[in-house]
Amino acid sequence: MKALALLTALATGAILLYGTMDFPAFGDPQSPAATHLSAYFIEEAVRETHVPNLVTAVLGDYRGYDTMFETVVIYCAGLAVVSVLRKKKSRAPENKS
Amino acid sequence: MRLLQDQIAKQKLGESLIIQTAVRILVPFIQLFGLYVIVHGHYSPGGGFQGGVILGASFVLLALAYDQKFSMKYMSEKANNMLGNAGALIFTGTATLCAICYGGMFLDYSALDKLIPLGPIGWRSFGIFVVEVGVGLAVMSIMASLFWVLGSNGEMDEGL
Repeated sequence: MKALALLTALATGAILLYGTMDFPAFGDPQSPAATHLSAYFIEEAVRETHVPNLVTAVLGDYRGYDTMFETVVIYCAGLAVVSVLRKKKSRAPENKS
Repeated sequence: MRLLQDQIAKQKLGESLIIQTAVRILVPFIQLFGLYVIVHGHYSPGGGFQGGVILGASFVLLALAYDQKFSMKYMSEKANNMLGNAGALIFTGTATLCAICYGGMFLDYSALDKLIPLGPIGWRSFGIFVVEVGVGLAVMSIMASLFWVLGSNGEMDEGL
């Protein structure tokens, strides 16, 4: 059973690695991802937002929706951990007579 | 400073004076650097998440070098929770304010120009800053409270 699981994992990994061969080269300026939005951000972001750091401009303004829910996810994670694990200090048992 | 000196006076076993002194000197600078990373996110690598993590790490460092009760003298649980809530609320509140009150699109900061006239582009720049502060507060609070809760078995007492 373990051998079968290992075989499945290896086969899936091999297929995924084979899939990466069709990716454009790393940092290729002609790749589809780099020809539409990237050029627009590089040309227009400073003029439109007055933020010299393009990463911040994209993260905080153009993709603000994404960043907002990243924050909400972190907030929910913290809220869940605190509400599950937090407990009152255990006191000496009260004598209800 | 007073607190730290008192704490050192009643040295506990197994707590190193060298580490405690180093932490005592470092923590204000770590927090200042965290604020710098948040505020300077427009011009250099950084922003809310990174700065918030640095701020939260300063409380974790205090809790490790001293004990948890000691780090909670600097940031009480209540204040920490309120800051976290405020952080999340700043982000979502700004976004909603743009959409509901000033007729822009959701998260379109330039709509806030009608509230305080900074110009649409000025508001897009300043809106990012407001939002980053919110992210920083939320991340700082979550970092600290995660460590406190997990490190003290939920009792927020002595901790590790």
